[in-house]
Amino acid sequence: MVVNGREHTREIEPRLLLVHLLRDELGLTGTHWGCDTSNCGACVVWMDDVPVKSCTVLAAMASGRRVRTVEGLEGPFGLDQVQRSFALCHGLQCGFCTPAMLLTSRWLLDHNPDPSEGEIRSALSGITCRCTGYENIVRAVRHAARSEAGS
Amino acid sequence: MQVPAHFEYQRATSVEHAIALLTRHGPETRVVAGGHSLIPMMKLRLAQPEMLIDINDLGELAGITVAPGVLRLGAMVRHADLLGSAQVGALLPVLHDAERVIADPVVRNRGTIGGSVCQADPSEDLAGAFCALRAVAVIRGADGDRAVPMREFFTGPYETVVGPAEVLVELRVPLWSAGSAYLKVDRRSGDWAVAAAAAAVATGPGGVVTEVGIGLTAVGRFLAEEAEDFLRGRAATEANLVEAGRVAAQHCRPTADQRGPVDYKRHLAGELTTRALRLAVERAA
Ligand SMILES: Cc1cc2nc3c(=O)[nH]c(=O)nc-3n(C[C@H](O)[C@H](O)[C@H](O)COP(=O)(O)OP(=O)(O)OC[C@H]3O[C@@H](n4cnc5c(N)ncnc54)[C@H](O)[C@@H]3O)c2cc1C
Ligand code: FES
Ligand code: FES
Repeated sequence: MVVNGREHTREIEPRLLLVHLLRDELGLTGTHWGCDTSNCGACVVWMDDVPVKSCTVLAAMASGRRVRTVEGLEGPFGLDQVQRSFALCHGLQCGFCTPAMLLTSRWLLDHNPDPSEGEIRSALSGITCRCTGYENIVRAVRHAARSEAGS
Repeated sequence: MQVPAHFEYQRATSVEHAIALLTRHGPETRVVAGGHSLIPMMKLRLAQPEMLIDINDLGELAGITVAPGVLRLGAMVRHADLLGSAQVGALLPVLHDAERVIADPVVRNRGTIGGSVCQADPSEDLAGAFCALRAVAVIRGADGDRAVPMREFFTGPYETVVGPAEVLVELRVPLWSAGSAYLKVDRRSGDWAVAAAAAAVATGPGGVVTEVGIGLTAVGRFLAEEAEDFLRGRAATEANLVEAGRVAAQHCRPTADQRGPVDYKRHLAGELTTRALRLAVERAA
């Protein structure tokens, strides 16, 4: 499996879930693990360039595929624009939902560089935030979109 | 922490390979598609297969193709792919209406249409839609393909006609309808339906409904043939659409649960049927 551009090889049990492989075997604890029932979205990572809930993917199913976690968001020029915008717009409080929000927002902006508020809310609707009330998250994604359009 | 029980895992390289593995390893072997119904059930130990056959590499099952008079959807088409297809949205808006209210976008990236219908959850959204459209399931086994109408596909809650050594390969949706729609009431965005209705219509001169398909979700049965029989051959007037809804409500069989009592669900089934028909007729114009 290639995680954030690095190849990893492990012998695993078929029942190991992707979220646990990432956190416990590879030490990538930026991927959070919340409800364990496919609902909260805290565990979102990209698999072959698409956001998925890693508590509902077997690690074996991800074998041979590309995985991107929040640790892989940062680029050669520092933090990704969505990371900077979330920090600037107070798009997080406790931070539990944040890795999933960032990865899903990044994916949204890659496919729709100028999303409306409704499109942002819909794209992020699979991820629960218990702190922010979502307002600042939406603002952060709009901020990131504007910053990228301007640069 | 929820962890599935022990099982073996193997990837299929073709449908034939999957069938051979299912045959060789016996009835405790299951296919895994998106895994978004099966893996949660395995975590809760509601399902304990001894072996999983992963069919995610089978690109041959992921196609969306329009042939004359029929839309062909591979079993491994993801919810997001169906929703992303402008052609599907133009031909059969009922499928886009339904996809928009299935779970959330991240779940839709992974869940497949084949897995949805094979799971046969009574609250499954696509089941009602495919029944309304009179879609046909193509099921492959060691002896070749067989075609089963979606209206005969479900044999009970979580039960279908797909045998233990068979794979659903395709859904064929005939393109007879001129307008279609799906409407769902849920408690919050992305939740399973309290009730939902799918409608597809073809109309002729004078606004007469020449053919109609109605499918219901989460109210005990996916079919509403009595309401179809009432409306077929009648004009698509407001009074007739309301009466069709009343007939659908009368014949559905909801049960009370945490999503609501029987009366409420029955009311929704009727009202949603009428509204879905109204929208389908509007779209047919
Ligand atoms: C949080 C959440 C919310 C959801 N909300 C909704 C909702 O509102 N409405 C809704 O309709 N659905 C909902 N779903 C279900 C979702 O649509 C699933 O993706 C779908 O039910 C199962 O598809 P899958 O590809 O993940 O199937 P899997 O979990 O892989 O498989 C399900 C079953 O079908 C069998 N199977 C799969 N493919 C085949 C095949 N080709 N041939 C033979 N057998 C096969 C498997 O063996 C298994 O028994 C929700 C799911 C989640 C996790
Ligand atoms: S931990 Fe995966 S969705 Fe909540
Ligand atoms: S910031 Fe706390 S859950 Fe979103």
